[in-house]
Amino acid sequence: MAILVIAEHSNSALGAATLNTVTAAKAIGGDIHILVAGENCAAAGEAAAKVEGVTKVLVADNAAYAHQLPENVALLVAEQAKAYSHVLTPATTTGKNLLPRVAALLDTDQISEIISVESPDTFKRPIYAGNAIATVQSSADIKVITVRGTGFDAAAAEGGSAAIENIAAGADAGISAFVGEEIAKSDRPDLTAARVVISGGRGMQSGENFDMLYALADKLGGAVGASRAAVDAGFVPNDLQVGQTGKIVAPDLYIAVGISGAIQHLAGMKDSKVIVAINKDADAPIFQVADYGLVADLFDVIPELDAAL
Amino acid sequence: MKVLVAVKRVVDHNVKVRVKADNTGVELANVKMSMNPFCEIGVEEAIRLKEKGIATEVVAVCVGPTAAQEQLRTALALGADRAILVETDAELGSLAVAKILKAVADQEQPQLILLGKQAIDSDNNQTGQMLGALTGFAQGTFASKVEVDGDKVNVTREIDGGFQTVALKLPAIVTTDLRLNEPRYAKLPDIMKAKKKPLDTVTPETLGVAVSSTLKTLKVEAPAQRSAGIKVKDVAELVDKLKNEAKVI
Repeated sequence: MAILVIAEHSNSALGAATLNTVTAAKAIGGDIHILVAGENCAAAGEAAAKVEGVTKVLVADNAAYAHQLPENVALLVAEQAKAYSHVLTPATTTGKNLLPRVAALLDTDQISEIISVESPDTFKRPIYAGNAIATVQSSADIKVITVRGTGFDAAAAEGGSAAIENIAAGADAGISAFVGEEIAKSDRPDLTAARVVISGGRGMQSGENFDMLYALADKLGGAVGASRAAVDAGFVPNDLQVGQTGKIVAPDLYIAVGISGAIQHLAGMKDSKVIVAINKDADAPIFQVADYGLVADLFDVIPELDAAL
Repeated sequence: MKVLVAVKRVVDHNVKVRVKADNTGVELANVKMSMNPFCEIGVEEAIRLKEKGIATEVVAVCVGPTAAQEQLRTALALGADRAILVETDAELGSLAVAKILKAVADQEQPQLILLGKQAIDSDNNQTGQMLGALTGFAQGTFASKVEVDGDKVNVTREIDGGFQTVALKLPAIVTTDLRLNEPRYAKLPDIMKAKKKPLDTVTPETLGVAVSSTLKTLKVEAPAQRSAGIKVKDVAELVDKLKNEAKVI
Protein backbone atom coordinates (compact mmCIF):
# COMPACT_ATOMS: atom_id res chain seq x y z
CA MET A 1 0.00 0.00 0.00
CA ALA A 2 1.42 3.37 -0.98
CA ILE A 3 -0.01 6.82 -0.48
CA LEU A 4 0.39 9.75 -2.84
CA VAL A 5 0.32 13.22 -1.25
CA ILE A 6 -0.20 16.07 -3.71
CA ALA A 7 1.96 18.93 -2.45
CA GLU A 8 0.69 22.42 -1.86
CA HIS A 9 3.62 24.62 -2.83
CA SER A 10 4.71 27.91 -4.35
CA ASN A 11 7.28 26.34 -6.75
CA SER A 12 10.04 27.76 -4.55
CA ALA A 13 8.81 26.41 -1.21
CA LEU A 14 6.60 23.70 0.24
CA GLY A 15 3.29 24.91 1.72
CA ALA A 16 2.85 24.33 5.45
CA ALA A 17 -0.43 22.45 4.92
CA THR A 18 1.46 19.70 3.08
CA LEU A 19 3.12 18.74 6.37
CA ASN A 20 -0.22 18.16 8.12
CA THR A 21 -1.30 16.02 5.18
CA VAL A 22 1.83 13.88 5.49
CA THR A 23 0.84 13.22 9.12
CA ALA A 24 -2.60 12.07 7.96
CA ALA A 25 -0.86 9.76 5.46
CA LYS A 26 1.25 8.32 8.30
CA ALA A 27 -1.92 7.60 10.26
CA ILE A 28 -3.20 5.57 7.30
CA GLY A 29 0.12 3.71 7.06
CA GLY A 30 2.26 2.71 4.08
CA ASP A 31 4.91 4.22 1.85
CA ILE A 32 4.42 7.95 1.46
CA HIS A 33 5.25 9.64 -1.84
CA ILE A 34 4.81 13.34 -2.59
CA LEU A 35 3.94 14.70 -6.03
CA VAL A 36 5.14 18.23 -6.76
CA ALA A 37 3.58 19.55 -9.97
CA GLY A 38 4.67 23.05 -10.92
CA GLU A 39 7.00 25.13 -13.04
CA ASN A 40 10.62 25.62 -11.96
CA CYS A 41 9.59 23.76 -8.83
CA ALA A 42 12.85 21.92 -8.07
CA ALA A 43 13.22 23.80 -4.78
CA ALA A 44 9.77 22.68 -3.63
CA GLY A 45 10.68 19.14 -4.67
CA GLU A 46 13.87 19.27 -2.60
CA ALA A 47 11.94 20.57 0.42
CA ALA A 48 9.43 17.72 0.00
CA ALA A 49 12.28 15.18 -0.03
CA LYS A 50 13.39 16.39 3.41
CA VAL A 51 10.00 15.86 5.05
CA GLU A 52 10.28 13.19 7.70
CA GLY A 53 8.59 9.93 6.70
CA VAL A 54 8.49 10.51 2.94
CA THR A 55 10.17 7.84 0.81
CA LYS A 56 9.86 9.24 -2.72
CA VAL A 57 9.18 12.59 -4.37
CA LEU A 58 7.81 12.84 -7.90
CA VAL A 59 8.47 16.15 -9.64
CA ALA A 60 6.55 17.18 -12.76
CA ASP A 61 8.04 20.45 -13.97
CA ASN A 62 6.13 22.07 -16.81
CA ALA A 63 4.69 25.45 -17.79
CA ALA A 64 1.21 23.86 -17.83
CA TYR A 65 1.42 23.44 -14.05
CA ALA A 66 2.75 26.93 -13.21
CA HIS A 67 -0.47 28.17 -11.64
CA GLN A 68 -1.98 24.84 -10.60
CA LEU A 69 -4.72 25.05 -13.24
CA PRO A 70 -6.86 22.02 -12.32
CA GLU A 71 -7.72 21.23 -15.96
CA ASN A 72 -4.03 20.37 -16.47
CA VAL A 73 -2.89 19.13 -13.06
CA ALA A 74 -5.87 16.77 -12.61
CA LEU A 75 -4.91 14.84 -15.77
CA LEU A 76 -1.41 14.28 -14.38
CA VAL A 77 -2.58 13.35 -10.88
CA ALA A 78 -5.26 10.95 -12.14
CA GLU A 79 -2.64 9.15 -14.24
CA GLN A 80 -0.18 8.86 -11.34
CA ALA A 81 -2.91 7.93 -8.83
CA LYS A 82 -3.48 4.54 -10.45
CA ALA A 83 -0.39 3.17 -8.68
CA TYR A 84 -1.63 4.13 -5.21
CA SER A 85 -4.21 3.07 -2.62
CA HIS A 86 -4.79 6.65 -1.37
CA VAL A 87 -4.40 10.13 -2.83
CA LEU A 88 -4.31 12.96 -0.29
CA THR A 89 -4.04 16.71 -0.55
CA PRO A 90 -4.57 19.58 1.90
CA ALA A 91 -8.10 21.05 1.97
CA THR A 92 -6.85 24.47 0.90
CA THR A 93 -8.45 26.39 -1.96
CA THR A 94 -5.86 24.80 -4.28
CA GLY A 95 -6.57 21.29 -3.04
CA LYS A 96 -10.34 21.74 -3.06
CA ASN A 97 -10.16 23.05 -6.61
CA LEU A 98 -8.07 20.14 -7.84
CA LEU A 99 -8.96 16.91 -6.11
CA PRO A 100 -12.66 16.42 -6.98
CA ARG A 101 -11.64 16.75 -10.63
CA VAL A 102 -9.11 13.96 -10.06
CA ALA A 103 -11.69 11.81 -8.27
CA ALA A 104 -14.18 12.10 -11.13
CA LEU A 105 -11.47 11.25 -13.70
CA LEU A 106 -10.86 8.10 -11.62
CA ASP A 107 -14.64 7.50 -11.39
CA THR A 108 -14.45 7.46 -7.61
CA ASP A 109 -16.08 9.32 -4.73
CA GLN A 110 -14.05 11.83 -2.74
CA ILE A 111 -13.91 12.16 1.03
CA SER A 112 -13.61 15.87 1.87
CA GLU A 113 -11.82 17.49 4.80
CA ILE A 114 -11.09 14.53 7.03
CA ILE A 115 -10.18 15.39 10.62
CA SER A 116 -9.13 11.92 11.74
CA VAL A 117 -8.11 8.54 10.39
CA GLU A 118 -9.94 5.66 12.11
CA SER A 119 -8.47 2.96 9.86
CA PRO A 120 -7.09 2.86 6.30
CA ASP A 121 -10.63 2.93 4.91
CA THR A 122 -12.55 4.84 7.60
CA PHE A 123 -12.36 8.54 8.35
CA LYS A 124 -14.13 11.24 10.33
CA ARG A 125 -15.24 14.47 8.72
CA PRO A 126 -17.38 17.39 9.84
CA ILE A 127 -20.72 18.07 8.12
CA TYR A 128 -23.32 20.81 8.66
CA ALA A 129 -20.65 23.41 9.47
CA GLY A 130 -19.13 21.15 12.08
CA ASN A 131 -22.42 20.68 13.93
CA ALA A 132 -22.15 16.96 13.24
CA ILE A 133 -19.22 14.61 12.70
CA ALA A 134 -19.69 11.79 10.21
CA THR A 135 -17.68 8.57 10.24
CA VAL A 136 -17.34 7.49 6.62
CA GLN A 137 -16.08 4.20 5.20
CA SER A 138 -14.82 3.91 1.63
CA SER A 139 -14.73 0.76 -0.49
CA ALA A 140 -13.04 2.54 -3.42
CA ASP A 141 -9.86 1.02 -4.88
CA ILE A 142 -8.21 4.43 -4.78
CA LYS A 143 -9.31 6.55 -1.85
CA VAL A 144 -9.29 10.23 -2.79
CA ILE A 145 -9.16 12.47 0.27
CA THR A 146 -8.68 16.12 1.24
CA VAL A 147 -7.23 16.71 4.69
CA ARG A 148 -8.21 19.50 7.07
CA GLY A 149 -4.92 20.85 8.43
CA THR A 150 -6.22 21.55 11.92
CA GLY A 151 -7.02 17.85 12.41
CA PHE A 152 -3.40 16.74 12.19
CA ASP A 153 -0.08 18.00 13.56
CA ALA A 154 2.57 19.06 11.08
CA ALA A 155 5.15 16.42 10.14
CA ALA A 156 8.77 17.46 10.70
CA ALA A 157 9.99 19.47 7.70
CA GLU A 158 13.53 18.11 8.15
CA GLY A 159 14.94 14.67 8.74
CA GLY A 160 13.87 12.79 5.62
CA SER A 161 15.99 11.98 2.58
CA ALA A 162 13.57 10.76 -0.05
CA ALA A 163 14.66 9.98 -3.60
CA ILE A 164 13.58 12.58 -6.15
CA GLU A 165 12.28 11.32 -9.48
CA ASN A 166 11.45 13.65 -12.34
CA ILE A 167 8.38 12.47 -14.19
CA ALA A 168 7.10 13.44 -17.63
CA ALA A 169 4.41 16.09 -17.74
CA GLY A 170 1.05 15.35 -19.29
CA ALA A 171 -0.68 17.42 -21.92
CA ASP A 172 -1.93 20.98 -21.49
CA ALA A 173 -5.71 20.63 -21.71
CA GLY A 174 -5.77 23.99 -23.51
CA ILE A 175 -9.12 25.10 -22.09
CA SER A 176 -8.01 27.46 -19.33
CA ALA A 177 -5.40 30.16 -18.84
CA PHE A 178 -4.02 32.09 -15.91
CA VAL A 179 -4.72 35.83 -16.21
CA GLY A 180 -3.43 37.26 -12.95
CA GLU A 181 -3.59 37.26 -9.20
CA GLU A 182 -3.68 39.66 -6.28
CA ILE A 183 -2.05 38.15 -3.25
CA ALA A 184 -2.00 40.16 -0.04
CA LYS A 185 1.61 40.56 1.08
CA SER A 186 2.20 40.26 4.77
CA ASP A 187 5.08 39.65 7.14
CA ARG A 188 2.69 38.15 9.65
CA PRO A 189 2.28 34.39 9.99
CA ASP A 190 -0.26 32.65 7.78
CA LEU A 191 -3.73 32.70 9.33
CA THR A 192 -4.15 28.91 9.24
CA ALA A 193 -0.70 28.25 10.74
CA ALA A 194 -0.46 31.07 13.31
CA ARG A 195 -0.11 30.24 17.02
CA VAL A 196 -2.24 33.24 17.93
CA VAL A 197 -5.18 34.59 15.93
CA ILE A 198 -6.97 37.84 16.72
CA SER A 199 -10.23 38.23 14.81
CA GLY A 200 -12.47 41.24 14.50
CA GLY A 201 -16.16 41.36 13.73
CA ARG A 202 -18.79 43.90 12.85
CA GLY A 203 -18.15 45.55 16.22
CA MET A 204 -14.85 46.90 14.84
CA GLN A 205 -16.96 49.46 12.93
CA SER A 206 -14.33 50.25 10.26
CA GLY A 207 -11.29 48.93 8.42
CA GLU A 208 -9.07 51.55 10.09
CA ASN A 209 -9.95 50.16 13.51
CA PHE A 210 -8.45 46.83 12.47
CA ASP A 211 -5.05 48.56 12.79
CA MET A 212 -5.45 48.09 16.54
CA LEU A 213 -5.75 44.34 16.03
CA TYR A 214 -2.73 44.26 13.70
CA ALA A 215 -0.65 46.05 16.35
CA LEU A 216 -1.77 43.55 18.97
CA ALA A 217 -1.14 40.61 16.63
CA ASP A 218 2.40 41.85 16.00
CA LYS A 219 3.09 41.95 19.74
CA LEU A 220 1.88 38.37 20.11
CA GLY A 221 3.45 37.07 16.88
CA GLY A 222 -0.02 36.30 15.62
CA ALA A 223 -2.27 36.71 12.59
CA VAL A 224 -5.44 38.72 12.11
CA GLY A 225 -8.73 37.15 11.06
CA ALA A 226 -12.30 38.39 10.67
CA SER A 227 -15.90 37.29 10.78
CA ARG A 228 -17.99 37.18 7.62
CA ALA A 229 -19.84 40.28 8.82
CA ALA A 230 -16.59 42.26 8.91
CA VAL A 231 -15.63 41.03 5.45
CA ASP A 232 -19.06 41.73 3.98
CA ALA A 233 -18.96 45.22 5.49
CA GLY A 234 -15.75 45.81 3.54
CA PHE A 235 -13.55 46.32 6.62
CA VAL A 236 -10.99 43.71 5.51
CA PRO A 237 -10.29 41.49 2.49
CA ASN A 238 -12.07 38.16 2.06
CA ASP A 239 -9.00 36.01 2.68
CA LEU A 240 -9.19 36.95 6.37
CA GLN A 241 -12.57 35.30 6.81
CA VAL A 242 -12.68 32.60 9.47
CA GLY A 243 -15.66 30.27 9.31
CA GLN A 244 -17.51 27.43 7.60
CA THR A 245 -16.80 28.74 4.13
CA GLY A 246 -13.62 30.66 4.92
CA LYS A 247 -10.50 29.60 6.77
CA ILE A 248 -10.58 26.89 9.42
CA VAL A 249 -8.14 27.75 12.21
CA ALA A 250 -7.13 26.06 15.46
CA PRO A 251 -4.44 28.22 17.08
CA ASP A 252 -3.24 27.99 20.68
CA LEU A 253 -4.97 31.28 21.38
CA TYR A 254 -7.96 32.75 19.51
CA ILE A 255 -9.15 36.20 20.52
CA ALA A 256 -12.57 37.17 19.14
CA VAL A 257 -13.09 40.92 19.26
CA GLY A 258 -16.53 42.35 18.60
CA ILE A 259 -17.71 39.05 17.12
CA SER A 260 -21.17 37.82 18.14
CA GLY A 261 -20.42 34.19 17.25
CA ALA A 262 -22.71 32.96 14.46
CA ILE A 263 -22.53 29.15 14.05
CA GLN A 264 -20.83 29.65 10.68
CA HIS A 265 -18.03 31.55 12.44
CA LEU A 266 -17.77 29.08 15.32
CA ALA A 267 -17.32 26.29 12.74
CA GLY A 268 -14.06 27.92 11.72
CA MET A 269 -12.46 28.39 15.13
CA LYS A 270 -14.01 26.25 17.83
CA ASP A 271 -11.11 23.78 17.83
CA SER A 272 -8.75 26.50 19.06
CA LYS A 273 -7.01 25.54 22.31
CA VAL A 274 -7.91 28.70 24.24
CA ILE A 275 -10.66 31.09 23.16
CA VAL A 276 -11.02 34.63 24.46
CA ALA A 277 -14.12 36.67 23.66
CA ILE A 278 -14.35 40.43 24.02
CA ASN A 279 -17.81 41.79 23.39
CA LYS A 280 -20.04 44.39 25.03
CA ASP A 281 -23.13 42.20 24.58
CA ALA A 282 -23.11 39.76 27.50
CA ASP A 283 -25.60 37.53 25.66
CA ALA A 284 -23.46 37.12 22.54
CA PRO A 285 -23.24 33.40 21.62
CA ILE A 286 -19.44 33.67 21.37
CA PHE A 287 -19.29 33.57 25.19
CA GLN A 288 -20.73 30.04 25.14
CA VAL A 289 -17.53 28.71 23.60
CA ALA A 290 -15.04 31.11 25.19
CA ASP A 291 -12.69 30.00 27.95
CA TYR A 292 -12.30 33.62 29.02
CA GLY A 293 -14.97 36.19 28.35
CA LEU A 294 -14.71 39.90 28.92
CA VAL A 295 -17.93 41.88 28.68
CA ALA A 296 -16.71 45.35 27.80
CA ASP A 297 -16.38 47.87 25.00
CA LEU A 298 -13.61 46.72 22.70
CA PHE A 299 -12.52 50.31 22.11
CA ASP A 300 -11.61 50.50 25.82
CA VAL A 301 -10.20 46.99 26.09
CA ILE A 302 -7.93 46.76 23.06
CA PRO A 303 -5.76 49.78 23.94
CA GLU A 304 -5.55 48.53 27.54
CA LEU A 305 -4.58 45.06 26.36
CA ASP A 306 -2.03 46.55 24.02
CA ALA A 307 -0.51 48.48 26.91
CA ALA A 308 -0.52 45.46 29.23
CA LEU A 309 1.38 43.19 26.86
CA MET B 1 -26.14 31.60 -24.64
CA LYS B 2 -27.94 29.04 -22.53
CA VAL B 3 -27.11 28.92 -18.81
CA LEU B 4 -27.75 25.87 -16.66
CA VAL B 5 -27.87 26.51 -12.91
CA ALA B 6 -27.92 23.72 -10.34
CA VAL B 7 -29.79 24.13 -7.06
CA LYS B 8 -29.86 21.90 -3.98
CA ARG B 9 -32.53 21.54 -1.33
CA VAL B 10 -30.88 21.67 2.09
CA VAL B 11 -31.72 22.36 5.72
CA ASP B 12 -32.25 26.12 6.04
CA HIS B 13 -29.08 27.86 7.16
CA ASN B 14 -30.83 29.31 10.23
CA VAL B 15 -31.78 25.90 11.59
CA LYS B 16 -29.61 24.52 14.35
CA VAL B 17 -29.21 20.92 13.26
CA ARG B 18 -29.44 18.07 15.74
CA VAL B 19 -27.89 14.65 15.48
CA LYS B 20 -30.44 11.80 15.65
CA ALA B 21 -30.43 9.75 18.84
CA ASP B 22 -29.51 6.57 16.92
CA ASN B 23 -26.52 8.31 15.29
CA THR B 24 -27.67 7.52 11.75
CA GLY B 25 -27.76 11.13 10.60
CA VAL B 26 -29.20 14.51 11.50
CA GLU B 27 -32.85 15.17 12.30
CA LEU B 28 -34.64 16.21 9.09
CA ALA B 29 -38.26 15.63 10.16
CA ASN B 30 -40.23 18.90 10.43
CA VAL B 31 -37.13 20.96 9.71
CA LYS B 32 -37.35 23.98 7.42
CA MET B 33 -35.75 23.30 4.05
CA SER B 34 -34.45 25.95 1.65
CA MET B 35 -32.32 26.48 -1.39
CA ASN B 36 -28.61 26.14 -0.55
CA PRO B 37 -27.32 29.73 -0.11
CA PHE B 38 -24.50 29.26 -2.62
CA CYS B 39 -27.04 28.00 -5.17
CA GLU B 40 -29.10 31.17 -4.62
CA ILE B 41 -26.01 33.13 -5.62
CA GLY B 42 -25.73 30.93 -8.72
CA VAL B 43 -29.36 31.60 -9.68
CA GLU B 44 -28.86 35.33 -9.14
CA GLU B 45 -25.76 35.37 -11.36
CA ALA B 46 -27.62 33.49 -14.11
CA ILE B 47 -30.47 35.99 -13.97
CA ARG B 48 -28.08 38.94 -14.08
CA LEU B 49 -26.45 37.45 -17.18
CA LYS B 50 -29.91 37.29 -18.73
CA GLU B 51 -30.69 40.87 -17.76
CA LYS B 52 -27.42 41.95 -19.40
CA GLY B 53 -28.50 40.21 -22.59
CA ILE B 54 -25.70 37.65 -22.38
CA ALA B 55 -27.81 34.66 -21.37
CA THR B 56 -30.76 33.86 -23.63
CA GLU B 57 -32.25 31.13 -21.47
CA VAL B 58 -31.77 30.12 -17.84
CA VAL B 59 -32.56 26.52 -16.93
CA ALA B 60 -32.58 25.50 -13.27
CA VAL B 61 -31.92 21.87 -12.39
CA CYS B 62 -32.25 20.08 -9.07
CA VAL B 63 -31.49 16.51 -8.02
CA GLY B 64 -33.71 15.61 -5.09
CA PRO B 65 -37.08 14.42 -3.80
CA THR B 66 -40.51 15.53 -5.04
CA ALA B 67 -40.52 18.32 -2.45
CA ALA B 68 -37.49 19.89 -4.16
CA GLN B 69 -40.02 21.32 -6.63
CA GLU B 70 -40.29 24.13 -4.05
CA GLN B 71 -36.67 25.15 -4.60
CA LEU B 72 -37.11 24.98 -8.38
CA ARG B 73 -40.26 27.14 -8.15
CA THR B 74 -38.19 29.63 -6.16
CA ALA B 75 -35.58 29.67 -8.95
CA LEU B 76 -38.39 30.20 -11.48
CA ALA B 77 -39.84 33.03 -9.40
CA LEU B 78 -36.42 34.66 -9.29
CA GLY B 79 -36.25 34.58 -13.09
CA ALA B 80 -35.23 31.17 -14.41
CA ASP B 81 -37.16 30.28 -17.60
CA ARG B 82 -37.76 26.62 -16.92
CA ALA B 83 -36.76 23.90 -14.52
CA ILE B 84 -35.82 20.24 -14.46
CA LEU B 85 -36.23 18.04 -11.40
CA VAL B 86 -34.21 14.84 -11.43
CA GLU B 87 -36.33 13.05 -8.90
CA THR B 88 -34.83 10.64 -6.41
CA ASP B 89 -35.37 9.91 -2.74
CA ALA B 90 -31.87 8.56 -2.36
CA GLU B 91 -29.24 10.70 -0.66
CA LEU B 92 -26.75 10.90 -3.47
CA GLY B 93 -23.05 11.60 -3.24
CA SER B 94 -21.38 14.37 -5.18
CA LEU B 95 -20.08 12.04 -7.91
CA ALA B 96 -23.56 10.65 -8.59
CA VAL B 97 -24.99 14.18 -8.73
CA ALA B 98 -22.18 15.26 -11.09
CA LYS B 99 -22.99 12.30 -13.37
CA ILE B 100 -26.67 13.27 -13.42
CA LEU B 101 -25.79 16.91 -14.19
CA LYS B 102 -23.50 15.70 -16.99
CA ALA B 103 -26.45 13.78 -18.50
CA VAL B 104 -28.64 16.90 -18.24
CA ALA B 105 -25.89 19.04 -19.76
CA ASP B 106 -25.59 16.59 -22.67
CA GLN B 107 -29.28 17.14 -23.41
CA GLU B 108 -29.38 20.88 -22.77
CA GLN B 109 -26.01 21.88 -24.26
CA PRO B 110 -25.51 24.97 -22.04
CA GLN B 111 -22.54 27.29 -22.60
CA LEU B 112 -22.24 28.03 -18.91
CA ILE B 113 -23.08 25.87 -15.91
CA LEU B 114 -23.37 27.63 -12.53
CA LEU B 115 -23.27 25.76 -9.22
CA GLY B 116 -22.74 26.70 -5.58
CA LYS B 117 -19.21 26.02 -4.38
CA GLN B 118 -20.54 23.76 -1.65
CA ALA B 119 -23.80 22.71 -0.06
CA ILE B 120 -24.16 23.62 3.60
CA ASP B 121 -25.33 20.13 4.56
CA SER B 122 -22.59 17.79 3.34
CA ASP B 123 -19.97 20.59 3.02
CA ASN B 124 -18.35 18.49 0.28
CA ASN B 125 -17.26 21.18 -2.19
CA GLN B 126 -16.96 18.62 -5.02
CA THR B 127 -19.81 18.62 -7.53
CA GLY B 128 -18.72 21.48 -9.83
CA GLN B 129 -15.17 20.22 -10.12
CA MET B 130 -16.38 16.66 -10.76
CA LEU B 131 -18.75 17.94 -13.44
CA GLY B 132 -15.73 19.67 -14.97
CA ALA B 133 -13.89 16.37 -15.24
CA LEU B 134 -16.91 14.50 -16.63
CA THR B 135 -17.74 17.11 -19.28
CA GLY B 136 -14.14 18.04 -20.02
CA PHE B 137 -15.06 21.70 -19.46
CA ALA B 138 -12.84 24.19 -17.68
CA GLN B 139 -13.82 25.22 -14.14
CA GLY B 140 -13.78 28.54 -12.30
CA THR B 141 -14.40 27.63 -8.68
CA PHE B 142 -15.10 29.99 -5.72
CA ALA B 143 -16.00 32.82 -8.10
CA SER B 144 -16.31 36.40 -6.92
CA LYS B 145 -16.58 37.89 -10.44
CA VAL B 146 -17.77 36.40 -13.74
CA GLU B 147 -17.32 38.20 -17.06
CA VAL B 148 -18.33 36.56 -20.32
CA ASP B 149 -16.11 37.79 -23.13
CA GLY B 150 -16.85 36.30 -26.57
CA ASP B 151 -15.99 32.61 -26.57
CA LYS B 152 -14.49 32.70 -23.10
CA VAL B 153 -15.36 33.65 -19.55
CA ASN B 154 -13.04 35.43 -17.13
CA VAL B 155 -13.53 34.26 -13.57
CA THR B 156 -12.01 35.92 -10.51
CA ARG B 157 -11.62 33.31 -7.80
CA GLU B 158 -11.31 33.69 -4.03
CA ILE B 159 -8.18 31.79 -3.05
CA ASP B 160 -6.12 31.48 0.13
CA GLY B 161 -4.20 34.74 0.32
CA GLY B 162 -6.25 36.76 -2.18
CA PHE B 163 -7.71 36.52 -5.67
CA GLN B 164 -6.82 34.71 -8.88
CA THR B 165 -8.28 35.41 -12.31
CA VAL B 166 -8.49 32.71 -14.96
CA ALA B 167 -9.80 32.76 -18.54
CA LEU B 168 -11.89 29.72 -19.41
CA LYS B 169 -12.93 28.54 -22.83
CA LEU B 170 -16.71 28.17 -23.15
CA PRO B 171 -18.57 26.00 -22.40
CA ALA B 172 -17.37 26.27 -18.82
CA ILE B 173 -18.34 25.62 -15.22
CA VAL B 174 -18.44 28.28 -12.52
CA THR B 175 -18.96 27.66 -8.81
CA THR B 176 -20.06 30.60 -6.71
CA ASP B 177 -18.50 32.09 -3.60
CA LEU B 178 -20.26 34.39 -1.13
CA ARG B 179 -19.24 37.71 -2.61
CA LEU B 180 -20.18 37.08 -6.24
CA ASN B 181 -23.47 38.92 -5.75
CA GLU B 182 -26.28 39.55 -3.30
CA PRO B 183 -29.32 37.49 -4.28
CA ARG B 184 -32.66 39.29 -4.68
CA TYR B 185 -35.93 38.24 -3.09
CA ALA B 186 -38.76 36.89 -5.22
CA LYS B 187 -41.71 39.28 -5.64
CA LEU B 188 -45.24 38.02 -5.12
CA PRO B 189 -46.39 38.48 -8.76
CA ASP B 190 -43.29 36.57 -9.88
CA ILE B 191 -44.06 33.78 -7.44
CA MET B 192 -47.53 33.52 -8.99
CA LYS B 193 -46.11 33.57 -12.53
CA ALA B 194 -43.53 30.90 -11.60
CA LYS B 195 -46.36 28.42 -11.03
CA LYS B 196 -47.07 28.47 -14.75
CA LYS B 197 -43.48 28.10 -15.91
CA PRO B 198 -42.46 24.64 -17.19
CA LEU B 199 -41.03 22.17 -14.67
CA ASP B 200 -40.09 18.80 -16.15
CA THR B 201 -39.46 15.76 -14.01
CA VAL B 202 -37.06 12.99 -14.98
CA THR B 203 -35.25 10.32 -12.95
CA PRO B 204 -31.63 9.15 -12.77
CA GLU B 205 -32.81 5.94 -14.46
CA THR B 206 -34.39 7.72 -17.45
CA LEU B 207 -31.15 9.66 -17.80
CA GLY B 208 -29.26 6.37 -17.76
CA VAL B 209 -27.14 7.25 -14.75
CA ALA B 210 -26.07 4.69 -12.15
CA VAL B 211 -25.97 6.35 -8.74
CA SER B 212 -24.10 3.81 -6.62
CA SER B 213 -21.48 5.05 -4.17
CA THR B 214 -18.31 3.64 -2.66
CA LEU B 215 -18.93 5.63 0.52
CA LYS B 216 -20.92 4.46 3.51
CA THR B 217 -21.73 6.65 6.51
CA LEU B 218 -21.19 4.45 9.56
CA LYS B 219 -22.38 6.98 12.09
CA VAL B 220 -23.06 10.64 12.70
CA GLU B 221 -22.24 12.14 16.09
CA ALA B 222 -22.54 15.50 17.75
CA PRO B 223 -19.17 17.22 17.98
CA ALA B 224 -17.36 17.46 21.29
CA GLN B 225 -19.06 20.30 23.11
CA ARG B 226 -17.06 23.24 24.28
CA SER B 227 -18.30 24.50 27.56
CA ALA B 228 -18.39 28.14 28.41
CA GLY B 229 -15.51 29.17 30.60
CA ILE B 230 -15.39 32.08 32.98
CA LYS B 231 -16.00 35.79 32.69
CA VAL B 232 -13.08 37.97 33.69
CA LYS B 233 -13.73 41.39 35.17
CA ASP B 234 -11.02 43.40 33.43
CA VAL B 235 -7.99 43.38 31.18
CA ALA B 236 -5.58 42.81 34.06
CA GLU B 237 -7.36 39.61 35.08
CA LEU B 238 -7.51 38.47 31.45
CA VAL B 239 -3.77 38.95 30.95
CA ASP B 240 -3.06 37.19 34.25
CA LYS B 241 -5.22 34.18 33.26
CA LEU B 242 -3.64 33.93 29.81
CA LYS B 243 -0.14 34.10 31.26
CA ASN B 244 -0.47 31.99 34.38
CA GLU B 245 -3.45 29.69 33.90
CA ALA B 246 -3.70 29.02 30.18
CA LYS B 247 0.01 29.78 29.61
CA VAL B 248 -0.57 30.88 26.01
CA ILE B 249 1.16 34.25 26.09
